[in-house]
Amino acid sequence: MSYVRPAFRHPESKTNAEGFTRQDYEGALSTLCAGCGHDSVSSGIVDACFELGVWPHRVAKISGIGCSSKTPTYFLGKSHGFNSVHGRMPSVATGANMANGEMAYIGISGDGDSASIGLGQFGHVARRNLNMVYIVENNGCYGLTKGQDSATTDVGSKSKKGDPNPFEAIDLCAMALQLGATFVARSFSGDKEQLVPLIKAAMTHNGFAFIDVISPCVTFNNTPASSKGYEFVRDHIEATGKMDFVPVRSEITANYEPGFTKEITLHYGSVIHLYKDDKLDCTDRGSAMRAIQEHNDKGRILTGLLYVDPDSKDFHKVQQTVKQPLRDLDEEDLCPGARALNAINGSLR
Amino acid sequence: MKRIESVNEFVIRFANVNGTGSASANAMFAKSIFRMGIPVSPKNIFPSNIQGLPTWYEVRVSEKGYLGRRGGVDIAVSVNPQSMAQDIGDLNPGGYFIYDNTKPLDLRLHRDDVHLIGLPLTDICREEYTESRQRQLFKNVIYVGALAALIDIEFSVLKELVDEQFKGKEKLVASNIHALELGYQYALKNFECPIGVRLERRDAVGDKIIMEGNDALALGAVYGGATVVAWYPLTPSTSVVESFEKYAKRLRIDPGSGDRRYCVAQAEDELAAIGMVIGAGWNGARSFTASSGPGLSLMAEFLGLAYFAEVPAVLFDIQRAGPSTGMPTRTQQSDILAAAYASHGDTKHVLLIPSDPKECFEMSADSFDLADRLQTPVIVMSDLDLGMNDNMCDPLVWDEEREYDRGKVLSKEELENMSERYGRYLDVDGDGICYRTLPGTHPDKGAFFTRGTSRNEYAVYTEFGEAYVRNMERLAAKFETAKTLMPKPEIRRAKKPTSDGIIYYGSSNSASLEALDMLEADGLHLNAMRLRAFPFAQEVVDFIDQHERIVVIDQNRDAQMRKLLIIECEVDPKKLLSYTHYDGMPMTALGAASHIAKLFGSSNVTPLRKKKAGEKA
Repeated sequence: MSYVRPAFRHPESKTNAEGFTRQDYEGALSTLCAGCGHDSVSSGIVDACFELGVWPHRVAKISGIGCSSKTPTYFLGKSHGFNSVHGRMPSVATGANMANGEMAYIGISGDGDSASIGLGQFGHVARRNLNMVYIVENNGCYGLTKGQDSATTDVGSKSKKGDPNPFEAIDLCAMALQLGATFVARSFSGDKEQLVPLIKAAMTHNGFAFIDVISPCVTFNNTPASSKGYEFVRDHIEATGKMDFVPVRSEITANYEPGFTKEITLHYGSVIHLYKDDKLDCTDRGSAMRAIQEHNDKGRILTGLLYVDPDSKDFHKVQQTVKQPLRDLDEEDLCPGARALNAINGSLR
Repeated sequence: MKRIESVNEFVIRFANVNGTGSASANAMFAKSIFRMGIPVSPKNIFPSNIQGLPTWYEVRVSEKGYLGRRGGVDIAVSVNPQSMAQDIGDLNPGGYFIYDNTKPLDLRLHRDDVHLIGLPLTDICREEYTESRQRQLFKNVIYVGALAALIDIEFSVLKELVDEQFKGKEKLVASNIHALELGYQYALKNFECPIGVRLERRDAVGDKIIMEGNDALALGAVYGGATVVAWYPLTPSTSVVESFEKYAKRLRIDPGSGDRRYCVAQAEDELAAIGMVIGAGWNGARSFTASSGPGLSLMAEFLGLAYFAEVPAVLFDIQRAGPSTGMPTRTQQSDILAAAYASHGDTKHVLLIPSDPKECFEMSADSFDLADRLQTPVIVMSDLDLGMNDNMCDPLVWDEEREYDRGKVLSKEELENMSERYGRYLDVDGDGICYRTLPGTHPDKGAFFTRGTSRNEYAVYTEFGEAYVRNMERLAAKFETAKTLMPKPEIRRAKKPTSDGIIYYGSSNSASLEALDMLEADGLHLNAMRLRAFPFAQEVVDFIDQHERIVVIDQNRDAQMRKLLIIECEVDPKKLLSYTHYDGMPMTALGAASHIAKLFGSSNVTPLRKKKAGEKA
């Protein structure tokens, strides 16, 4: 982390379509360790929001507890944030979304928060297909309590403490797929070129969009024998077909880079372009599950967009709630009044 | 042989097998008495089971209007061989034992001080019906028909109830009335009708209604503007949410689109349920969950967050017998301390304590105003007795002029016109309650970070001890403000001056009022106070100060409300005596009266029965 962020901004800073500069999406200064992968994810979120032109105050940031869950302070300073209790971010996000389905919700969690204490809530928010972006900053260890193994630590992986982890790792992408998530991706905090378009696509998706971001812990789990260290990840990473995200407002020209062969149109008309990949069909859940397994068997980490259901129906749609945010309804909309109550009294005699 | 003689004052208890369809026949029985203008109070005593275990339905009939359990049984209707020994044993001398005499009564069960009335229910059904389910279901309707003859239920009232229940299904109406006739005619032919205990039409019910407390809580939530509901099924709270959905489907549908003006999520557990409520409250929607003791324990961490981060939330706690799984289908008031101080650290919560369905309705609607006004969780403390039994009460009332109190929430315009820096936890008004903003209100003013960690007045994270203490002191000041907003206790003065009193709350109300009358008749005059909320209003402290000795009635072992009063009102513990009743059954007036008399050293009132396990004075 840099100790003091300069207040100076170039007077001609670029603005996006909504007239915001990148600075409008920044948050407070990070207090994480220098070189922490999480700061790259925060920066990726800032880039994605800036490029998409979302209104900062129409986004809510929600997190649980842990290093990752501290990060919502470090991006989107004009948005409301809620740092809740350990492993329970999904329920708070669910309630917030039920109250107002018009806003965007970004949930930030970690591997301890989502794969251990919050595994239940993670699974259930996925199967409810809540309209939110759910990012796990996955470093395979408990950073804030000084480096214990987590449930996503791979078998045999060694953290700074030096003992190989004996327990099977939980693959959150595989779980999310199995439980009905309608957008599943994996990325690496060191690969912003891939991460930023993934976040943009996730924010545009209408339903539960999950991104598992491998985000190394420089202090406790960046050893040569750790499978979540920078070195190991760089050596073993393999991306699904390269992807690009085209927001709905952009003019779609015919000048795609050669090789883009698949187009997926999302709910509001934005488009994901994918390079052809023979092995993976991103609109087929089974194909995504097989691809993850095959790469895992070979000791490789498959990143990129794994699955998307462009026809996804989110929780509000399933629940048939009114279009207007529930929180904006008033007495007139909600209270049936004295006459109806008298009729009910009559039925209770 | 002695014969109990009584008009419109008696207790009848039905003994059935769970899952045999007895509930609707028994409910029809109780409703018919209510329709005859006689106050009635049924209690469903059921097992944690779907089919096969014993279940009872005890009905208090009281022209005088006593609605609590009295104690003792005058008529037993025994349709369950499993519990027959207990059912005949519990009968008062001179009482009536109505049983299925298809098989002769076991000689060992015979009592020569009770009247046996045998109805060959199984035989009648075998002759009339071919299907086994019909034989089982109509058995219940037949004994109701027999009772109509035996105790003078107006047959036209029963017919009217059958018509209403099976409206539009003529075949079912006919077959049910036929079954009623079968029982009625058999009893007329074989017994001298009516027996000593009987009914006479009165006009003692007025415009009163009869409903379950859970139903009333749900309706209060509909009227109070709740839109987000999250829950996990748990007896005895389940019917709160089911009832909310029932009413919302009728009353909360957008006429244009047919869409819902509410959203219900069945959560994965109680932790998620309260998490959703807090998320919705933070985002400005009125939201609630309903649960019982085990759920309250699970919600403790989140309740602490909502207290500390100051997020409105409403929880309906329908208490049951604890600890642990306890007796899951029996009643108690044993979550008082757990709710008042739920969560670690210095935490306190607002409790509302209703005592009848009307108050359930009112306190439910009020809880949303209070949660918004105080920006904190409000827990409504009902229990299984109040929640799951039909309780008679005054009709529900809604003031058309009433507006929701959304508390201190800054609008976009207010933020726009604000010249000073906005501080989420800045006590501008000096009442401990700060101004909050909702996500998405203003493009660049009013955003803040909500957290369970310490922060300063501007919602900025801090571990600076002075800032932490300032915040905790302000939260304490807010709780003082809460005292002024709580519903006042209900105080009832004795006919003669006295320095002795009793304190009770919640579902103990009816039995306590009857006990007071019994004691007064025996010359023991007591002032009485019914608690309705925590934190305690000044009136509560004053009442305690004005008396020398006070008995606090608790339906739990540890006298939890007594302890809460001692802690919070700094009372000399010696001054507060205790009567506790916690065997899982609603307490009885006779039990309360005899124990209170003993506590005050008055021997005038003699208990009708020996002390049972789970009762102490």
